[in-house]
Amino acid sequence: MSLFKLWNFHGGLHLDGHKQESCKAPLAVARLPERLLFPLQQRNGEDSKPVVAPGDRVLKGQVIACDDHPFYPPIHASSSGIVRKIEDLPLPHPSGLTGSCIVIETDGEDAAMDFAGIEDYRQCSPDELRRRIYEAGIVGLGGAAFPTSVKVAPGSDRKVDTLILNGAECEPYITCDDSLLSHYPNHVLEGAKILLQILKAERCLLAVEDDMPDALAALEKAKQRGGFEAIQLVRVPAIYPTGGEKQLISVLTGREVPTRGIPADIGIVCQNVGTAAAVYNAVVHGTPLISRIVTVTGRGVKQPQNVLARIGTPFADLIQQCGGYTNEAERLVLGGPMMGFDVPTDNLPLTKSANCILVAGRNELIGEKRSLPCIRCGACAEVCPVNLLPQQLYWYGRSDQIERALDYNLFDCIECGSCDVVCPSHIPLVQHFRATKGKAIAKRREREKADHARLRFESRQARKEQEKRERAEAAKRKKENLGTGKSPEIIEAIERAKLRRAEKSAPSSEGAAQIDGDKQETVVPPAGAETRRESAKVVHTETPPGGPESEAQAVPSEID
Amino acid sequence: MRFPTAHAPYLAPVNSVNRIMLEVLVALIPGLAALVWQFGPGVLVQCMIALLAAQLGEAAMLSLRRRPIAPALRDYSAALTAVLLAVSLPPLAPWWLTAFGALFAIVIGKHLYGGLGYNPFNPAMVGYAVLLISFPQHMTAWLPPKELSGSALSFADAWNAIFTRTLPSDMTFDALTMATPLDTIKTQLGLNRLLDEIQAGGLFAGIGGRGWQWVNFGFLLGGLWMLKRGIIGWQIPVGFLGALFGISLIFFLIDPAVYPTPLFQCFSGAAMLGAFFIATDPVTASTTPRGRLIYGASIGLLVFVIRSWGGYPDGVAFAVLLLNLAAPTIDHYTRPRVYGHPK
Ligand code: SF4
Ligand code: SF4
Repeated sequence: MSLFKLWNFHGGLHLDGHKQESCKAPLAVARLPERLLFPLQQRNGEDSKPVVAPGDRVLKGQVIACDDHPFYPPIHASSSGIVRKIEDLPLPHPSGLTGSCIVIETDGEDAAMDFAGIEDYRQCSPDELRRRIYEAGIVGLGGAAFPTSVKVAPGSDRKVDTLILNGAECEPYITCDDSLLSHYPNHVLEGAKILLQILKAERCLLAVEDDMPDALAALEKAKQRGGFEAIQLVRVPAIYPTGGEKQLISVLTGREVPTRGIPADIGIVCQNVGTAAAVYNAVVHGTPLISRIVTVTGRGVKQPQNVLARIGTPFADLIQQCGGYTNEAERLVLGGPMMGFDVPTDNLPLTKSANCILVAGRNELIGEKRSLPCIRCGACAEVCPVNLLPQQLYWYGRSDQIERALDYNLFDCIECGSCDVVCPSHIPLVQHFRATKGKAIAKRREREKADHARLRFESRQARKEQEKRERAEAAKRKKENLGTGKSPEIIEAIERAKLRRAEKSAPSSEGAAQIDGDKQETVVPPAGAETRRESAKVVHTETPPGGPESEAQAVPSEID
Repeated sequence: MRFPTAHAPYLAPVNSVNRIMLEVLVALIPGLAALVWQFGPGVLVQCMIALLAAQLGEAAMLSLRRRPIAPALRDYSAALTAVLLAVSLPPLAPWWLTAFGALFAIVIGKHLYGGLGYNPFNPAMVGYAVLLISFPQHMTAWLPPKELSGSALSFADAWNAIFTRTLPSDMTFDALTMATPLDTIKTQLGLNRLLDEIQAGGLFAGIGGRGWQWVNFGFLLGGLWMLKRGIIGWQIPVGFLGALFGISLIFFLIDPAVYPTPLFQCFSGAAMLGAFFIATDPVTASTTPRGRLIYGASIGLLVFVIRSWGGYPDGVAFAVLLLNLAAPTIDHYTRPRVYGHPK
């Protein structure tokens, strides 16, 4: 590996890695569970349409739900069996909500469809390859679950020169990418080549952290086979959150993704290494994304290790296979301790984007914090990788000065949690920022609703004017016919007055029509619990909870 | 199995307010030791009085405001205010003066504004300024340093002097007390004497005046330790001392007959205490990195201005209070460039 110039990003933290526990154990292959669960909910909160019904037999790799939308790739059965039911079950989602899931009872045969790979993908057009990726159900495996086929279609107006493969697992405890790179370096490198071809990019930078020697050695060995000249391995310092998409781009290229922009705006597409391996499997072997490596770790599980598991496997089965819970198992976190979220039950299925199941032992992780007032020490600003002033965001958010918080770039916060961990007053800053973002979004919704109401009001008004004019004209004609001497203006005025009186005395059933032009905002119902819950959901989907690798294509749009 | 849930991040916090405050208190020890060495144990008695008054004031205000008392007393913030005030006072100041200053600092300077984190003014300096304005004769009655007098009071003598205003039979307050070097310069310059003549007096030797330079060295030492531990950032002390040194140098070069050397300015009076311990109070200082540099530098400039042309011999307290007022504005105009925003 040649010397490579690295750049810095502002702030960051040295965290205790806790990686040894899981990465020293060999990679285990998960047993076939009795039941597989497939949530239908997509990123936007809507459900995919099931194409199977209870009682159907399905094969491994068979599509069981799909949408014709490019953002929602199909869902495949990860083993053969019978569709038992489609029912509401708890989802592995920070909201803790339930959602409709396809439940497959496996038959133990693991009978697969015929997968047909493409022998020489170099003959394929980018569109053909994207189609493959879409049909294989591939989404970002780094946490955000953004559809890969969309991400590798940056649009003809953006010239992509660099593909970045993100193997920098900066969050403590998580080692699934380390394990993947150590065991399947070829898949990742081949996947990178396919992605390079799709993007017509010149080079690929594959970043691993400097505390992943095994992965690096395996990659270097695999690279020696030749044919990977366009791919460069880069060791990046293990500083949290180097693995965040924007931070990694900064470290590797010195470029910054413009706020509200996407990496392709500056000629870069960033993918998780697991995603690259999935692309390889889909294109060359024709296998859809039906399994992934997941880290099961923490003091609450007897044998921490990485497990190659079928998508849809309940956590309880995976934990069982890792020796089960220890006596001190206390908390269950999906993802890492910085950007993950904890869940109340292990009766949840493994999803494509789930990189880590962390079962915390006693006092391994903290619960709600007791906090003091902010002492404005600035420790938070010092570590913020985005260079925000978290103390000011907190101040304005708390006093409900949403506009000021937006002015201080609230929506640039990636919710990495660095500020939170260093705050000597123990203020749950991230929680506050999420709440403030939720409020800001609710406010925007309200305004949009008000705008909508106003538009409706105005068009109604215009229609009325029109009718009025027509009536007036009719009246004028009538009057003219009668030969009275009143001028048309007077007739019209009288007509208008009459109309106004009529409007006043007969209240319209339509709320918007009662609104006085400039006071319309007051009549719009205030954002109730409903809107707020909705907006909270939006926050979660827009800022990926699973890991620092923000794969969101579209950053939250402008609020004002 | 069921599990409780909370909000991420789930890693334990790496620091706490009481640890920071405690470390600042520890960092005060070298300066405090120098004060005891040069000016006798009176300052320790002052610390005790101030601590007692401040903690009582804190407890009383918290109970009035119906807030839990125990956690606040354990966060050491009132204790720090008390000690910072005590080390700024003349070692033999009467007990009621210290108690009044500490109470004023906590009750008016801190709690009437909303308590920890909400006070716009540095509470210790609020207490100090009120005492300076109300009891100027007591506040200027410093002692001769040991380097000059060769002796210092015993603890018992200091105790009696502070609580009962009695001294051993062979001493009087008038004979015992002495102006500080900065005070001396101010009054003597006012009498149209030149700096050379003034500094020929025994009080002026070394770089910051006898006794005082050791005190400043002590606070500098503690300050450097805090810098190394990351308890304070470099911006405020560097801004403060850099600006004080720079402007003193300019005026010293222009007219050395009237303006003392820049080193004297930095090692005399409350310069080091102010640069490392007073101006760095996070609650009342600027909070952005660039802002802190400007904030520190402005205080340094103001200290020079007040010392040279103002009505008081030292200017740290007033300079800090003035800049406290400007901190929000400074913060507003020194926001760092956020990632991905135009350069
Ligand atoms: S770290 Fe905490 S106490 Fe310090 S400024 Fe930030 S929010 Fe305030
Ligand atoms: S959570 Fe947001 S504000 Fe806090 S350090 Fe991360 S990006 Fe900065």
